[in-house]
Amino acid sequence: MITAQPAAAAVAATVTDPELPMLTLADLGILRDVREDAGRVVVTITPTYSGCPAMDEIRTDLRRALHRAGYADVEVRTELSPAWTTDWITADGRDKLAAAGIAPPGPAPRRPAGPVPLVLGPRRRAAACPRCGQPDTELIAAFSATACRELRRCPVCREPFEHVKEI
Amino acid sequence: MSFDDAYQALTDHDDDARWAYGTGFADPLAGVPTAIPAELDPADLAAYCLMLGDDALIMSQRLQQWVTRAPELEDEVAIANIALDLLGQARLLLTRAGEAEDDGRGEDALAYHREAGDFRNVQLAERADTDFAHLVARLLVFTTWRLALLDRLAGAPDPVLAAIGAKGVKEVTYHREYAAGWVVRLGDGTELSHRRMQDAIDAVWPLIGELFRPYEVEQRMGMDPSTLRPEFDAVLTQVLAAATLREPAASPAGGRGREGEHTPALTEILGEMQGFARSLPGGVW
Repeated sequence: MITAQPAAAAVAATVTDPELPMLTLADLGILRDVREDAGRVVVTITPTYSGCPAMDEIRTDLRRALHRAGYADVEVRTELSPAWTTDWITADGRDKLAAAGIAPPGPAPRRPAGPVPLVLGPRRRAAACPRCGQPDTELIAAFSATACRELRRCPVCREPFEHVKEI
Repeated sequence: MSFDDAYQALTDHDDDARWAYGTGFADPLAGVPTAIPAELDPADLAAYCLMLGDDALIMSQRLQQWVTRAPELEDEVAIANIALDLLGQARLLLTRAGEAEDDGRGEDALAYHREAGDFRNVQLAERADTDFAHLVARLLVFTTWRLALLDRLAGAPDPVLAAIGAKGVKEVTYHREYAAGWVVRLGDGTELSHRRMQDAIDAVWPLIGELFRPYEVEQRMGMDPSTLRPEFDAVLTQVLAAATLREPAASPAGGRGREGEHTPALTEILGEMQGFARSLPGGVW
């Protein structure tokens, strides 16, 4: 996705997510494009969720990082479509989440044709315990510290942990 | 970015103003192409975005009132997250409405500086709930209807509206699951929880009719809500059956919130939501 000269793209790729600071914006898959043209840098990002309160922080952090690297003229654009999916979290990003005790998401659900089906009861998820590796874990709450995470518990080591929900 | 202390993180930015209402928050559509398709009447687009934006804004505000009042911490977190998603949808929709209207008002002007009669939300969104069962019944109805509606937006004639719909579908799918889960748990629970959940379903039923009454602007936008009814009915039937709850008799035509006719509940919640912004117009600190 990154199509700029290495310098500006490399700087943008070092900026981390304010809510998941172990991940860069590139790891999270929200950094969609970085272009540099005659000293002007245009960065395109996409929100994870419509109400993500970190978007403004992320824009500010991107501008700061690029200003510090000597790019005076920086524009941060927002792209709503296609909507972000957890499938865009990179392999590296998934390793970093697991290392931080957060179970990474499985593949995003593929929607059948027609109305969105209603799932009653906890969804079956491939969310192994990030501490002991136990594959089957139980849901505590469908929402957690941010909209993109849920709270689960391991039946073996009894530890609660967060899991990034597939969307 | 790392900072030496938390205060530096709040202040050391190149934006001038932070953390005051209506300031420090960038336009949620910043950098999104704002052109309006030539075949669309901008007034129609503005009116339609205002309807859907007001639904989300007022519902979000009502959900926020449950924070610190929910039965469990986990539910408080869930309700706050649902409210935040809806607030995000409201910001996008009100911003788009402002771009399309003649007056060109921003999201804050639309949220904070309109009177109750200028709001276009359905009356379902404004009702105050005093019982958790009433909240989850209302949330089930709201999310089931809105999910079907947002899904249709993917085919909307405005690309921004279509993108808001596609994004919102993913969010409201989780909201609907949350509400349905509680309706089933309470309905298929104890004798007491069953009775209170049935009361809640009976109480929300008269508010359903309004959701599907089509207005001309919706029809011109190709978004007739009456076409959503079969999907809505199928989901409600599924949930009520699993919850061992009785489906009430057909609901009446309902109110006319889309025309600015509201219950006193809207005036009450706008007083809370708008009071601070109106007492300090343009305030920054």
